[in-house]
Amino acid sequence: MTQHTFDQFLFVGLPYVCLVIFFLMTIYRYRTQSFSYSSLSSQFLENKQHFWAVVPFHYGVLIVTAGHLLAFLVPRSILIWNTHPLRMFILEVSALAFGFLTLLGMIGLIVRRLGNPKVRAVTVLSDWVLFALLLIQVVLGVSIAVFHPWGAGWFSASLAPYLWSVFLLRPDPTYVAAMPWLVKLHVILAFVIVGYFPFTRLVHVLVIPNPYLWRKTQVVRWYSRR
Amino acid sequence: MNIRSQVSMVFHLDKCIGCHTCSIACKNVWTDRKGAEYMWWNNVETKPGAGYPTTWEDQDKYKGGWEVNGDGKLRIKSTGKLRVVPNIFHNPHMPSMDDYYEPWTYEYEKLFDAPEGADQPIAEPISMVTGKKMSVEAGPNWDDDLGGSPIYAANDPNLNGLTEEQKLQLMSVERLVFFYLPRICNHCLNPVCVASCPSGALYKRGEDGIVLIDQNRCRAWRSCVAACPYKKTYFNWFTGKSEKCILCFPRLETGQAPACFHSCVGRIRYLGVLLYDAERLEEVAKMPDDELVEAQRSMILDPHDPKIIHEARRCGISDDVIESAQRSPVYKFVMEWKIALPPHIEYRTLPMLFYVPPLSPVQASQNGDVVTHTSENLFHDIDNSRVPLKFLANLLGAGHEGPVRYALAKQKAVRWHRRAETVGDVDRELADRMLREADCSREEADAIYRLTSLCTFEDRFVIPPMAREQAIEMMKDPLQEKAETGFGFVGGMRKGL
Ligand code: HEM
Ligand code: SF4
Repeated sequence: MTQHTFDQFLFVGLPYVCLVIFFLMTIYRYRTQSFSYSSLSSQFLENKQHFWAVVPFHYGVLIVTAGHLLAFLVPRSILIWNTHPLRMFILEVSALAFGFLTLLGMIGLIVRRLGNPKVRAVTVLSDWVLFALLLIQVVLGVSIAVFHPWGAGWFSASLAPYLWSVFLLRPDPTYVAAMPWLVKLHVILAFVIVGYFPFTRLVHVLVIPNPYLWRKTQVVRWYSRR
Repeated sequence: MNIRSQVSMVFHLDKCIGCHTCSIACKNVWTDRKGAEYMWWNNVETKPGAGYPTTWEDQDKYKGGWEVNGDGKLRIKSTGKLRVVPNIFHNPHMPSMDDYYEPWTYEYEKLFDAPEGADQPIAEPISMVTGKKMSVEAGPNWDDDLGGSPIYAANDPNLNGLTEEQKLQLMSVERLVFFYLPRICNHCLNPVCVASCPSGALYKRGEDGIVLIDQNRCRAWRSCVAACPYKKTYFNWFTGKSEKCILCFPRLETGQAPACFHSCVGRIRYLGVLLYDAERLEEVAKMPDDELVEAQRSMILDPHDPKIIHEARRCGISDDVIESAQRSPVYKFVMEWKIALPPHIEYRTLPMLFYVPPLSPVQASQNGDVVTHTSENLFHDIDNSRVPLKFLANLLGAGHEGPVRYALAKQKAVRWHRRAETVGDVDRELADRMLREADCSREEADAIYRLTSLCTFEDRFVIPPMAREQAIEMMKDPLQEKAETGFGFVGGMRKGL
C-alpha cells in the first residue's frame, strides 16, 4: 500500500465509516432501546472515591472537548486571541492543566472500578474497552501538549481545515498527513471512539437534560385531555 | 379553581400488627429482580427506631424535601434548577447502598452438593451484588421490634425535642413501648421527586395523581433519590434507572386494591379518592409548620357540595369519579373525623397517605406499692401515654401536638362510647362527656367504630373507575397489540451498555 492510499484509508475512509455508524446507531438505539440510554451511575454502590474520580474527569473532559470544538468551529477566534504571546501562554497552560485533570480523573475511574467489587459487578466488557480507548486518547492528548506545544496555534491552522474538509464532504488529508505521528494517532483514535460511541455508555452525553432549567417545576401527564 | 382527583390512602396504625405481609406481597409482585433486591417499595418500621434507609427522617443528613428560603420561595433542599448543573456528576446528597443494606442470599446448593464429611454442610450468605461471600451487617427491618434499644430506637430522629426523662422512659425495659409504621410512596401533591428530575422522567398522572417514573426517560441522574424525603424512590443499581412504588396501578385500573392493601392482615389500609384544588398547591406548601396540617386539609374539597361538583365537572372529572369521592373512606378519616394525619408534612411535599395515630398503653403512676392507671383528667392517658405525644407530633404533626392530641382523644372517646354501649362497664354520662370533649357525636363515634372494626373490602377500598381501557385506545390499538408482544418492552428489558 502506498503512503497515499494509506492516508486515504485512515483519514478519509475511516472517518466516514465511523461517522456513519455514529449517526445511524445512536438514532437506531434511541428509537428501539431508549431504555438503555442512561449514565449508568454507580454512585449508589460506591460513594466516596466516586467524587474524586467522576468529577475531575468530567470537568476535564468537558472543558478540553469544548476547547477542541471551539478551535474547530471558529478557528479564527483562537488565532486572534493568540496574537498576544501572554494570552497564548495562558491558553496553553490551562489546556494542559485540564488535560492532566482529565487524565487523573480517568485513572481514578479505572482504579475505582478495579478496586471496588460492587462497582466491578456492574462493569461489562464494553466498559473496559471504552476505558482503554479513552485512557490512550487522553494520554495521547497530554503527550501532544507536552511534546508539540502551542497546539492552540497549529490546530486552528492545519487540523481545523482538515476536519472542515471532512464535514463538508471534500476530504483533504494532506493537512494531517504532514502532522507528527502522535497527532495522527490522536485523530485516528478520535474517530474510532466516535464510531464506538453508540455501543457504549457514552450515549449519556447525548441525553443531557436541558429543558429542566426552564420547564415548570411539576410534571403532570394526562391521558385523556390537554 | 383547578380541581383534580387523587387516589389517597389511610393507614390505621392502631391496627397494624407489624407482620410484614404487605412488604412481602409487594416484593413478590414487583421487586424480586436483579438490581431491585434491596428495594422495599412497601416497608414496615418499628417506631421508635432507625428505619429504612437508616435514619431516613434525618434531613440534616439526607437533605430531602422542600424548604422555604429567605425570600419566601419554595426550594428543593438537595439539588434543583441551577444547582443541578454542577452536581449532576456526583450528587452530594445521594444515599448509598450502605445506608440501606447489601442484599444477600444463601448458598443453598451447598446443603445438597457438599461432599460427605464429619460436619454438617452449611449455607453461607453470598452477596446478590457481587456473588461473593459476605458477612451480613444490616438488613431491612434490622431493628424490627427493637423498641427501647439504645443502638436503634435511640437514634430515631423523632426523639428530637423530647425531654431526657421522656427519652429515658421510652428506653427503659419495664416501660418500653413501640408501634409499627408501614410506609409506601405517599404519591404527594407536591412531589419533590418529580420536581427534581432533570430529565422530566417522573410525573404525576393527571387523572388519579399516581406518581410514576418513565423508565424510558430516566437517565440515572438520581436527583429523585436524594430529593424524596421519605426515601421512596430507589436506584436500580443494575439497570441504571430509578424505580418507585407504582401504587399497583395495573391492579387499580382493573378495580383491584394494590397488593399491599389487599394482603394486609390487620386490615389497616384504606383507599379512596380525594378532590383537591391544585391552584393552591404552592401557597399551601409554603405555610408555616404549625399551619401545614390544617392548610393541606383546606385544599381538599367537599365532594358533596353542589358548587364543588359543578366545578369538578367543569374541570373534566367524570361523574363516576365524583361519586367515588363521595364514598371515599379517606375523606371520612381525614376531613370529616380529622383523625388521620400526614407523615412529616414539614417536608412540604403534601403527602396523600394519612396515618391514624396509635393509642398506646397508659403510663402507670406508682404510689408506694400501688400502681394506678386513673386520674381526674379524662384524657390523662393520652397526655401521659407511653409513647410521648411529642414523639407522635414530630412524626405526624410537624412537631405540633394539637392535631395529634385531637385524633387520639377522639379515638379514646369512641372506645369509651362503645364500652358504654356494649360492655356497660363505663358510665353512659361519662362517655357522653368524653365524646363532647373530643368533639365527637354519638353518630360519628359509631361511624368511626364501624369503619375501624367492621370494615369490609368494599368499605376499605373505594376504587374510582379509571377508564384506562378507553384512554389507551387514543394512543394504541389494543386489537393490534393483542397479537404482538404487548404494550411494554419489545425484546425484553435489557441493561444498557
Ligand atoms: C455535560 C455532559 C455530561 C454529563 C452531564 C455527564 C454525566 C455523567 C454521569 C451522571 C455519569 C455517572 C457517574 C456515576 O454516578 O457513576 C457519567 C459517567 C461517565 N461519563 Fe459522563 N457526562 C457528560 C459528558 C461526558 C463526556 C463528554 C464523556 C467522555 C467522553 C463522559 C464520559 C463518561 C464516562 C466514561 C463515565 C463512566 C464513569 C464511571 O462510572 O466509571 N461523560 N457521566
Ligand atoms: S413520597 Fe417521595 S417518591 Fe413518593 S411522591 Fe412523595 S416525594 Fe415522590
